[in-house]
Amino acid sequence: MSDFSGTLTTDERIASPSLLNRLAVRPEIGALIGALVVFVFFTVITSQFVTPAGISTWLDTSATIGIVSVAVALLMIGGEFDLSAGVMTASTSLVTAMLATKLGVNVWLAILVSLVFALAVGAFNGWLVMRTKLPSFIVTLGTFFALQGINLGVTTLVTGTVQVSGIATAPGYASAGYLFASTFSLAGTSFPISIVWWIVVTALAAWVLVRTRFGNWIFAVGGSAASSRAVGVPVGRSKIVLFMTTAGAAWLVGTINILRFTTVQANQGIGLEFEYIIAAVIGGCLLTGGFGSAVGAAIGALIFGMANQGIVYAHWNSDWFKLFLGIMLLAAVLVNNGFRARAERVRR
Amino acid sequence: MLSKKSKRILLGMAAAAGAIALAACSGPASSSSSGGSAANGSATSGGPINVAVVTHGSAGDSFWNVVKNGATDAGKQLGVNVTYNSDGDPGAQSKLIDNAVAQHVDGLVVSMANPDALKTSIQAAVKAGIPVITINSGQSQSAAFGALAHVGQDEGIAGQQAGAKLKSAGKTNLLCVIHEAGNVGLSQRCDGAKQGFGKTTNLQVDINNPTDVEAKIKGALQTDSSIDAVLTLNPQIALSAVNAAKEANSKATVATFDLNSDVVSAIKSGQIAFAVDQQQYEQGYLPIVMLKLYHDNANTVGGGQPVLTGPGFVDKSNVDKVAQYAARGTR
Repeated sequence: MSDFSGTLTTDERIASPSLLNRLAVRPEIGALIGALVVFVFFTVITSQFVTPAGISTWLDTSATIGIVSVAVALLMIGGEFDLSAGVMTASTSLVTAMLATKLGVNVWLAILVSLVFALAVGAFNGWLVMRTKLPSFIVTLGTFFALQGINLGVTTLVTGTVQVSGIATAPGYASAGYLFASTFSLAGTSFPISIVWWIVVTALAAWVLVRTRFGNWIFAVGGSAASSRAVGVPVGRSKIVLFMTTAGAAWLVGTINILRFTTVQANQGIGLEFEYIIAAVIGGCLLTGGFGSAVGAAIGALIFGMANQGIVYAHWNSDWFKLFLGIMLLAAVLVNNGFRARAERVRR
Repeated sequence: MLSKKSKRILLGMAAAAGAIALAACSGPASSSSSGGSAANGSATSGGPINVAVVTHGSAGDSFWNVVKNGATDAGKQLGVNVTYNSDGDPGAQSKLIDNAVAQHVDGLVVSMANPDALKTSIQAAVKAGIPVITINSGQSQSAAFGALAHVGQDEGIAGQQAGAKLKSAGKTNLLCVIHEAGNVGLSQRCDGAKQGFGKTTNLQVDINNPTDVEAKIKGALQTDSSIDAVLTLNPQIALSAVNAAKEANSKATVATFDLNSDVVSAIKSGQIAFAVDQQQYEQGYLPIVMLKLYHDNANTVGGGQPVLTGPGFVDKSNVDKVAQYAARGTR
């Protein structure tokens, strides 16, 4: 992670690694190469993949995965898992929609309440993991099911149906929609604002990770919680903040979705948690923690989005869709592994 | 060491490429990239037209497989290139519609389980001059979004008729099984059944977990032994309900929406009373015909009214005819 900065006087005791080796040490390099391969592949075999309208569709898909996968990457570097992030996107949408449509609350306030809800669930996840010493995989699996049940139960209880819609007529929708669900025009094509959010979130996460003290703590607690504690890193607090971050990112996606589609189904978001994790893993995160990058996770999400829409542009039989996806993801992770093995050698 | 690593990477890549080449049935598209001239719904007249079908079915669902067969059969017979894609998540489905618009397809067929979420994408397609036909669900919003026509069955009416049919068979307590949490059409069917029948309880199950479906229905039948009728909304669930009733020693009559070959044989053997058939093959087939007519001759079908494909009832009297077609995946 640590780049050289400033001028260096040459010192015969310090070996200077070659440029290739220095690149290979970066966790996101494998993902970057994977992304290029996927991009070139679909550009060659389809005619619409690189038209502005085509680019808009795959960036759109990538953005909503990428926002959460970046947060999930931070959490995974911190050595933990969050399986509730996917369903959380639906939960936050539902909270916002129900407050705005059933109680007539201003959309801004509804969004704020659902953020508080998300952060509370995230904090609860973190607290439970630290308190019980159970693996976060298990704890968040519990949260995942609990949220799924709450989503369906509360929705049918309050609305009598399984969808909540009609937020478009709620007070404050227009201004909130402008921030979360508008589109901007580039090259005569409209791109959703979620792409901007994705870039902002990625930049912010990357900066926190490599330029702040908290970023160091993330690597430390993921590498070895015991050693971090010994040198005074607040392990519990760091991990709780990380869980709140993934919940917060899921809230952002939930908010973007509800304002954009103006409706939410009670069964949404199931299965997305694995997409986030796989995007983070493609981006160079280890399942064991202590290694990875935010930019890598964003690129991982980009690969996912490109494959997702590229397969449709290629007119392949959709029955095989998941097979392609699985093979692509495996290939990307294999490339990653090759680079990481190389990186380990360079470090030594 | 290094070369071994890169060999392994190359191998992985090669395996991926190989599998893709194997499975790419229809191969890369060779459509001429006609620069965005979708002014009147047709970029190329004379050549084969491209139609994208985008539904909300989950991959591998038996009902939607018949719709897909209908669309692809019609495509083969009429010389239309049909691509079929589906996603149960409304956001993802709307992105698939955007994808079709970006490809300048000559026609679009969409099922609207969640019309509000698809509104923007469908209106963008209409604005781009692509004729849209909605199928299966979303009848009430179809015209407002600018679709040419809607092909499907009215869920409320179908549910009501199914409920009335069970009532006239002398049943008094109905269990209605909903298998997809997000689908409004299913709720409408159960509401309709309640209107036509009377005392009705709804049960929520997850179609992706057959074991759980059976266990839940069994549990419901065991906790309330007065339930004497079960209405399921999907053929896979119907068979689970038959098994569940058997295991719970319940005398409940099972009726279902939609057909597959197993339901047909269960009707033959008297385990299932009847099936409400919405003849979904037509929901795949007819839109392709309609789009072809619109493209070649500017014809529209339906006169602003939905084109109804159901409800029809399949029971002991007509099941033999239907059986052979269900077996080949078209009923």
